[in-house]
Amino acid sequence: MLYFSKLRIISVIIFTIIFSYFALSNFTKLDDRFFSKNINLGLDLQGGSYLLLEIDNRPVITQRLQAKIIELKRYFKEKEISLKNFSLNGDTITFEAQEQDLEQVSKLLNDKESDINQYYQSYKSHEFDVIENNNLFNLNYSRYGLVLLKNASLDQAIEIVRRRVDEVGTNEPNILKRGNDRILVELPGLDDPNRIKSLLGKTANLTFQFISQNSEESFGTEKLSFEDDDREAIVSKRIILSGDNLVDAKPTMNSQTNETVVSFSLDRVGAKKFGKATSTGVGKQLAIILDGKIISAPTVREPIVGGSGQISGNFTFQSATDLALLLRSGALPAPLNIIEERTVGPDLGQDSIDAGILSLIIGFLLVIIFMIYKYRAFGLIANLALITNLFLLIGILTLFEATLTLPGIAGIILTVGMAVDANVLIFERIKEETKSEKNPIIAFDAGYTKSRTTILDANITTLIAAFILFFMGSGPVKGFSVTLGVGILTTLFSVYFIARLLTSLYVVKNKEKEQLL
Amino acid sequence: MNNISFNKFYRKFNILSLILIITSLIFLIIKGLNYGVDFKGGTLIELRTNDKTNNITMIRDSFNQMNLGDVSVKKFGNETDFIVKFEKQNSNDPEFIKNIQNKLSSSIGDVDFRRVENVGPKVSSELLKSGIIAISLSLAAMLLYIWIRFEWQFSLGAILAIFHDVIITLGIFSIFSLEINLSIVAAVLTIVGYSMNDTVVIFDRVRENLRKYSDIKIYELTNISINETLSRTIITSVTTLLALLSIYLFGGEILKGFSLAMILGVIFGTYSSIYIANPILVALNVSQRTIVKEEKD
Repeated sequence: MLYFSKLRIISVIIFTIIFSYFALSNFTKLDDRFFSKNINLGLDLQGGSYLLLEIDNRPVITQRLQAKIIELKRYFKEKEISLKNFSLNGDTITFEAQEQDLEQVSKLLNDKESDINQYYQSYKSHEFDVIENNNLFNLNYSRYGLVLLKNASLDQAIEIVRRRVDEVGTNEPNILKRGNDRILVELPGLDDPNRIKSLLGKTANLTFQFISQNSEESFGTEKLSFEDDDREAIVSKRIILSGDNLVDAKPTMNSQTNETVVSFSLDRVGAKKFGKATSTGVGKQLAIILDGKIISAPTVREPIVGGSGQISGNFTFQSATDLALLLRSGALPAPLNIIEERTVGPDLGQDSIDAGILSLIIGFLLVIIFMIYKYRAFGLIANLALITNLFLLIGILTLFEATLTLPGIAGIILTVGMAVDANVLIFERIKEETKSEKNPIIAFDAGYTKSRTTILDANITTLIAAFILFFMGSGPVKGFSVTLGVGILTTLFSVYFIARLLTSLYVVKNKEKEQLL
Repeated sequence: MNNISFNKFYRKFNILSLILIITSLIFLIIKGLNYGVDFKGGTLIELRTNDKTNNITMIRDSFNQMNLGDVSVKKFGNETDFIVKFEKQNSNDPEFIKNIQNKLSSSIGDVDFRRVENVGPKVSSELLKSGIIAISLSLAAMLLYIWIRFEWQFSLGAILAIFHDVIITLGIFSIFSLEINLSIVAAVLTIVGYSMNDTVVIFDRVRENLRKYSDIKIYELTNISINETLSRTIITSVTTLLALLSIYLFGGEILKGFSLAMILGVIFGTYSSIYIANPILVALNVSQRTIVKEEKD
């Protein structure tokens, strides 16, 4: 066990040097041509905001079901099958068929080739579950249909979220999917998340609708309130133009009124629609509606055909900028709710780093002093192994660009405390062996061999805990499991290669001494 | 070689452990745990005031006027730092935190919000669930590992020792109303690993000695094994405790709960490997035949 070949010694040394170099590259500010990776600091250390958003898909589902009803009606009309009493109860489409058509309807609904089942042709499963009850049909989204719908709306939402966050211009935001209805947004260095939160909290569904002449609500109109005050207006449900047709929006100053407004330009289709609507609607009030609230309702004085226009509405420069940003980045498919927020200010992050490093240094020194006091020369060997261990650990974290969190630093300190365990087990075993064995080389050899299973057992148990924590934990706690787990691996390396190499050199040199350990 | 008669006190310490476990369980059932925002939902704000004359009562009063549900205010390290927790969480209103800060500034002067955590009810119940699953899973994994490596008598001893440590550590958190958050779950998992580690080292020695000596009764044999591994047990727990103590004292307020849980866990873990795990081997009358039979199979 004590014999090391030259090749092995050299590879251990090279390996150690490489990883120490990786570790040290975190602390040098110089540009490095060979190695430019760094440990990432978690949000709890560098400061920043963590937001977990959840999509509320209910409006999307309702919308899609309504569209499906129209599709079904049209389809069966073409087939000259009369259905009646179409209705939408919660998430269920219900309709009635006549006795003689039952079989036909059921067949068409389940037909894999039919036009209403286009979904089947692409995904090999039905989008809807059909339940027949006498002559009543119930259609519900199937599990796969719902998954696909949710995924599509999540993909779309994540794109919009990314655009909005990018527009605000924070450094290196991290935007990730979580499950099939959540989005994780990490914003390092962001001190005040309020602006981003208010931008992400808006669906930004923009529509232009005429205000109805009637003073009573009726079919085809809806009552909406104004954004700024309690006034209400009856608005025609017909959408003249929606935000989809916008190609650009920016805050500007209206030179005539000296007001801040948002000016927008439309794509060709939008410009045409807008021109047509405004030329027939001269004299009418056109409501500009954002997320169900009327921003303003100017009177159309002349046809607007140029494909651009302005939105006014008591804006400050900031609110006009934000509205323009929302309009540029597009509407979310469904509202997003912020279900978790964690924000750490940059000075607290720095305090945490300072405290973490201070406790690491003190913990490290205490352990080192204790080991020298306990084992003298071998304490020194164990300490050298411990220092290498630390370099290797940080080197590996750097190589994989792992994220270091405050609990992660605690994991490193804990590794320092527990790493000496393996060497202690070996040294204690050697002490026992020297009692019966006079030849120190054989005694040391036996010490290493006999303690090996125990050391493996002991480290595997901690590794199991670290693994489970890695898969179950979230955020900062995950950082702890990473340093703890990697720490065990580097500990085993430093004990079996570094410490053993040094021990063997020392023992061979001093084999004549009375008591080595 | 040490020669301390640990085995003479098996019974006394077992009774003590039993009392501690029962007390812990009673507290855990009746009083329960003091869950932080991670698991209960709500809002946590760590704030720093510029004015040193501000005290807990003033801050609590200003928060109470804001209608935020149950408010708790605690000092957090520095003279000027406080942790405020309340039930209401309204992360969907982007102005929510800003409004609180404005109202607070107007009543007690400038405040700096150093940390804000806002956890909705759905997320907090998910976090609690995954925390419980993580701890159960780790216990199951340890059980499986030790089942493969040792005979069932040893597995039982090790698992009971772990339960002992986890229950008492959580019991202490319940008695002193210390906060349970995500990092405490991490601490409990590490305690499970550490306690197992410590027990395995002694058990390895017990098994080795069982092979070596056929004529020594398990009551004596456990004592010999404990003594043989004693210096390792002490040295490792001392170095681990030194590291943890350093985190506790210098690692900042955020890591206090975590390091305290770990310190308790290491102390009880070390104690239980001697006084829970071994007496169980004695009670189950483990002998050379136990391990020889297993190895023949």
